[in-house]
This record gives sequence, C-alpha cells and structure tokens, in this order.
Amino acid sequence: MSSSTPDTTGKPPVVLVVIAWLWVVLPFLYGLYQLVIKIPALFG
Amino acid sequence: MAEASGRPGFLERERIVAPPGWSRWLIPPAALAIHLSIGQVYAWSAFKTSLEKGMHIGGVASALPFTLGIVMLGLSAALFGTKVDANGPRWAMVVASSCFVAGFLIAALGVYTGQYWLVVVGYGGVGGIGLGIGYISPVSTLIKWFPDRPGLATGIAIMGFGGGALIANPWTASMLSRFGASASAPSVDPHGIALAFLIHGVAYAIFMSLGWLLIRVPADDWKPAGWEPSAQKTHAMISTNNVSARNAIKTPQFWLLWVVLCFNVTAGIGILERASQIFRDFFDTVPPSAAIAAAATAFVSILSLGNMLGRFIWSSVSDVVGRKNIYRLYLGLGAILYVLIMLVGEHSRPLFIVCAILILSFYGAGFATVPAYLRDLFGTYQVGAIHGRLLTAWSTAGVLGPIVVNAIADARSDVPGPAKYTPAFAVMITLLVIGFVANELIRPVAAKWHEPDEVVAEDKTEAQT
Repeated sequence: MSSSTPDTTGKPPVVLVVIAWLWVVLPFLYGLYQLVIKIPALFG
Repeated sequence: MAEASGRPGFLERERIVAPPGWSRWLIPPAALAIHLSIGQVYAWSAFKTSLEKGMHIGGVASALPFTLGIVMLGLSAALFGTKVDANGPRWAMVVASSCFVAGFLIAALGVYTGQYWLVVVGYGGVGGIGLGIGYISPVSTLIKWFPDRPGLATGIAIMGFGGGALIANPWTASMLSRFGASASAPSVDPHGIALAFLIHGVAYAIFMSLGWLLIRVPADDWKPAGWEPSAQKTHAMISTNNVSARNAIKTPQFWLLWVVLCFNVTAGIGILERASQIFRDFFDTVPPSAAIAAAATAFVSILSLGNMLGRFIWSSVSDVVGRKNIYRLYLGLGAILYVLIMLVGEHSRPLFIVCAILILSFYGAGFATVPAYLRDLFGTYQVGAIHGRLLTAWSTAGVLGPIVVNAIADARSDVPGPAKYTPAFAVMITLLVIGFVANELIRPVAAKWHEPDEVVAEDKTEAQT
C-alpha cells in the first residue's frame, strides 16, 4: 500500500460547501421552528 | 459498467473517487439529503387520518403502509447491504431515491384511482426498499471520510433520519389542508391526498438529488489533514483488522450487539409509540382539559427533538468515551429513568418530561452509535453490509415494542392513571437490563474471523476497476 496522502492539495470548494449545507439546514430550521412554537403548551 | 469512452459509468464507485482537495464536509450534507428525506416515514401519521376519511378505511389498514415500510427497511438493508458496499454510495443513493420517490407516485395513483392496495404496495413495499438502501447508503462512506470522528459523522447523518419527520409533519399537514384533504375538515377530498403524494414525490426527487450528485469516496491513500493513523486512539475494543459480512454473523459479537440494539430500540418505542396517550394517563384531570390535549401534542413533538438530538450528541460523545461505555449509559441509565418514571413520574411533570426526553435521546443514539461500534469490532471492510444485517433488530423491535406496550395497556384498560403502564414499563426495564448484560459480554472479535490483508486490498482494487 502506498503512503497516506494528507488532504492539503487542491482548492476546497467553499461555495459548494455553503450551498450544500444551506440545502439541508433550511428545511430543517423550518421543522425546528414549527416544533418550538408548540413547546410552551407543554408546561402551560 | 464502464462507458464506451473508457470513462467509468455515472453510478460506478471509480467515477466518484474524490479529487485532491475535495472537502469531506460535503459528505454530511450529501448524506443528510438522503436521510432527512427518508425520515419522512416517521411522519406517516400526518396522512393517516385523511386516508381513513378519504378512502373509508380503518385504523389498522391506514397503518399498513408504515408497518410494511419499516419491515421492508430492515429486510432490504439486510439483503442489499453487500451490494451497497460493492457498488458504492452513488449507486445506492440513486436506487434509494428512485424507490422512495416511486413509492409516493404509486401511492398517488392508488389514491386517485381508489385502489388502496397500491398505496400499501407503493409507499410501504417499493418505498420501504428505498428506506433500507437509503439508510445504509452513506454510512460506510462517512466512516471512511471521518476515521478520526466516526461517531460524530454517522451521528450527523442518522440524526437526519430523526429530523425528517420534523420537516415532513408540518409540511404534509399544511399541504393536505390547502388541498381540501385535512383530517380536521368535515369531508376529505381524495384527489387532494393524491396531489399531496405527487408533490411529495417530486419534491423529494429534487431534494435527494444533492445526495447522489455530491457523494464522493476518498482515495485509498487519503487521510484527514493532520491526522496520523498510527496516532489513532488505541483500545482493546477498537480493531485494526477486518471481518467480512459473511463471517461477522457467525460471531457472538454480532448477535450480542443485535440484542443490544433490539432491546434498546424496543424500550424507546415503548414510550414513542403511545406517547400522547401515556402523557394523558399520567397527567389528565377529571374532567379532561383542553390544555392537556395541547400539552400531549407538544410532548410528542419534544420527544422527536430528543430522539433527533440524541443521535448527534451521544454518538459524538462515544468518540471520546468509547462505544461500550456509551451503551452502558443508554441501557443502564435508561433502565433507571424508567424506574423514576414509574415511581415518581406522576408527581412531577418536569421530571417526567426530562426522563422521557432522555430515554428517547438514548433510543435515537442507539441507532447512531451502532455503525461506529461495528467499525470498532469488524473494521471498515464490509461495515455497510454488516450494518444492514444488524438492522433486522430494528424490524424486530418495531413489531415487539408496540405489541408489548399496547397489549399490556389494553389488558389493563380498567386501571386508571399511570398504574396502567406499570407492567409494560417493568418489561422495558428488564429488556434494558438484558441489553446491558449483552453489552458487557462483547469482547474483541477472535483472530480466526479476520480477513487476510491481501484479500481486503484485492477487493478494493476490484471495486475500483
């Protein structure tokens, strides 16, 4: 087996990383918001 | 199969070997795009009452698509696990997306034409295959990209499965309401339900595409910057050897872990499946108040948050404290929390809520930590296929948990208040203790099951040519 190659070459696709995370985080935040507005009833 | 140009086919593993500099932080969102989608299955209840009214069916019939879906999840994960490992994550994600989306489209056709069996076969059967393949599709890839933090990586993805219902529940309810198919309306338009299924299919097809477009496997010689494999935390329970899926199921470690997962899941489902009713039985007043109904709904929602966050938080903690120790917490503290609920739960609502949230966080975490536990025991060689076989424990628990709780509670329907659940909770405590003992019995896998290094290397080479 060849020696391990550290992840230090090439240019990280920063814009793609941001878009990819927004793609999954935004729907999740919608669901979280819908949950949070129901919580006060629990202790009310 | 390679294309005529000699370039690997779109779905082949060799086509998605990451170029130098590819960020591994693109892999969790790819996995989340799949898991947040297939996690919709936990929001099936949003369709249930509308289907009952719109198609004139009973509660048992309306639960069939969900039940079949969970059974198919475990079966397809077990049957296709080896194929997923062999063909790579893009192939698996495309197949999973196709099946999951096809399930919605067939269900839409079934409702539109008044053929309910199409909803069962479509959503539960075809869609269920998508659930199983989709669930295991990113797991081994994540473990390879995050050898330094496997618990964190799989926790993020599997948290998505818990969070899928969080998105789908309000989204489905609002869509059904807009299309005249809300369960609370005096009459339900079946065409509205069909349209909702159709839109779900199209939306999930688009959303899941990020997964199979972005997924990459690391090059054989890749490692995270600044991480030295030789400096990896060594521990007797973390193997540097590999075991094949075929051999793994011959080891006692596999079956002990199967018992651990099955009983941990059964104990969680004991509360999850009947959460709203349990809350009412513990805290309802006479006569019943409207406030309790709203609180019970909120209780169900906050349990889903506990289920989801537990997957991320506890599996990340397992990277630090070790897999065996974290399962001691899930099973041991879980049993103590059940005892607390039985003894003092009805006298303190906050204590009851905190105990239930923690139990559900351990339930979710049990799923999220198990891939890393498998990696520790059996190596990364065929961890996806082994994980698939282990998920049959989930199918078993999915049937066992609700049967235990509902059968006992129904048999004691004349018993008022929390006492109705005392025997059911006692069974859960016993199962957790058995799971705890099974976890204690897990030892490193014997050397006779280890694959020779040359076989592992040869298989890797074959997979990339």
